[in-house]
Amino acid sequence: MDIVVCVKQIPDPADPGELDSETNTLKRDMKLIMDESDSYGVEMALQLRDAAGEGEVTLVSMAPNEEVNGLRSALAMGADKAILVSDEALAGTDALGTARVLAAAIARAQADLILAATESSDGYTGTVPEQVAELLGLPSVTFAKEIQAEGGEVLVKRQTEDGYDQVRCPLPAVVSVTAGVVEPRYPSFKGIMAAKSKPMDQVGIGDLGLSPDQVGWAGGGQEITDVSPAPEREAGELITDEGDAHESIIALLEELRIV
Amino acid sequence: MGTIWVFAEASGDKVATISLELLTRARELADTVEAVVGTDGEPVAAELGAHGATTVHATGDLGDGLAGPAVASAIAAAIEGGNAPDAVLFGTTYDGRDVAGRLSVKLGAPVITNVVELEQANGSLVGTEPVFGGTVNVSTRFNGSGVGLFLVRPKSFAAEESGGGPAVVSALPVPDLGAAGAARVVDRFAEESSGPKLDEAGVVVSGGRGLGEAEKYSMIEDLAKLLGGAAGASRAIVDAGWVPYSHQVGQTGKVVKPDVYVACGISGATQHMVGMKGSKNIIAINKDAEAPIFGIADLGVVGDVHKVIPKLIEALQARS
Repeated sequence: MDIVVCVKQIPDPADPGELDSETNTLKRDMKLIMDESDSYGVEMALQLRDAAGEGEVTLVSMAPNEEVNGLRSALAMGADKAILVSDEALAGTDALGTARVLAAAIARAQADLILAATESSDGYTGTVPEQVAELLGLPSVTFAKEIQAEGGEVLVKRQTEDGYDQVRCPLPAVVSVTAGVVEPRYPSFKGIMAAKSKPMDQVGIGDLGLSPDQVGWAGGGQEITDVSPAPEREAGELITDEGDAHESIIALLEELRIV
Repeated sequence: MGTIWVFAEASGDKVATISLELLTRARELADTVEAVVGTDGEPVAAELGAHGATTVHATGDLGDGLAGPAVASAIAAAIEGGNAPDAVLFGTTYDGRDVAGRLSVKLGAPVITNVVELEQANGSLVGTEPVFGGTVNVSTRFNGSGVGLFLVRPKSFAAEESGGGPAVVSALPVPDLGAAGAARVVDRFAEESSGPKLDEAGVVVSGGRGLGEAEKYSMIEDLAKLLGGAAGASRAIVDAGWVPYSHQVGQTGKVVKPDVYVACGISGATQHMVGMKGSKNIIAINKDAEAPIFGIADLGVVGDVHKVIPKLIEALQARS
């Protein structure tokens, strides 16, 4: 079973984020790491590949610079190879442009199954997996909390408002996974060493048959009109528990007429 | 602005709260508000009409098909046929994102996402999105030609009735979907839940990594029950598999705005704060005095959740 996993490399969420002062888009010119949300898709792919006993896991990623740090992390987990679309023209690309690039790269990989996170931790639009599916003319199941593959199709538990739907979907297909679908493994030392020599195919948008006006901020059809600090919430009272803090909590709940 | 369509979601004849919120805001912004549903129109026509929709474009029952490809194709075909609104609004829900994503490709138009405020400026719609855990607001205008697409977070607006009569039901045919429509729902499961829903509860009690282990989450459920509220969770413990995704509060997960939010053993990652900082009152218990959650808490308790919560539960039980 050949599986593509979409992997996003993002600024470390532990560091404060920044907007580019000229374009007001997220700054991404620092060292990037693999979005933790993507580690679930990578792990799921590895398990499905190993259960099938054949096939490859290919990572597909896009970055305006030539960042590969996050991809190396996923290769160290056990993915077989990576395709990185890297091009100056990609700076500021929105979700639809991103989907165009990923879909073009995925089309080269000839996968049975395409996995992605439900949304990235930085941009969090949550539309890319479905946009990729539509661009490729494929069926999709989003918000998967469990995936089983059998005989040319997948059986997916899809999260719903009050439970889940069991969805049957023929392959090839796009599936987006929620956190918790599987427990991601930590890369082993051997995996980290092996990752350094795994194939990393770097391509530009021209190699994918895309033109600069289909990507980047200019191709987006949207304009940022204002950036302003949100009204701050004031911190209230801070107490240290000396064994009676629950009484202060109850006093507040009484005041608010909750109890 | 001329016409806004709202993708409305319903279960039976009950329209989702988020859809009613969108209709309410839409009628303040547009001359004409119409709904689109991926179900039969008749059962929901009254409630949609009562919230401002004059017409409901209904695909009819989709059977075992998913809403994403079917509703997106139906809307795209209507637009191509000359029946184009100025904008379509979607709730940030499982199906809302699917339909918006598919439609965006069909129209070649961007989706303005995570919108919490929607306004009109110079004849076009501007959506405001919180970034960096809600510390910065970014406003984005759709400046393309054609139809603007907006994905709006739940609880951004209050749903209010307009007093309108039932919406007129109009058929919205679904074209042949080809391979894109091949996924089939073979079974539906509702999870057992008692008490109010997470995003509708007046009190939400959430647990985080500070609980130490999965078994301790029962404390959170007990406290939530005693307060007549719902139990939530930080992303950290959902990722760790302690509780299901449906309990997650935050940027990924549910946005909640209860009267009281009790954060237990949650440090306050920006990811989490964006989903709960709109709560009227916030109580936080954490052993780290430097935890960011204290920066937005009305009452912060520096202490061990394993000591404070059992005492709180005991005291509340003694009262009832």
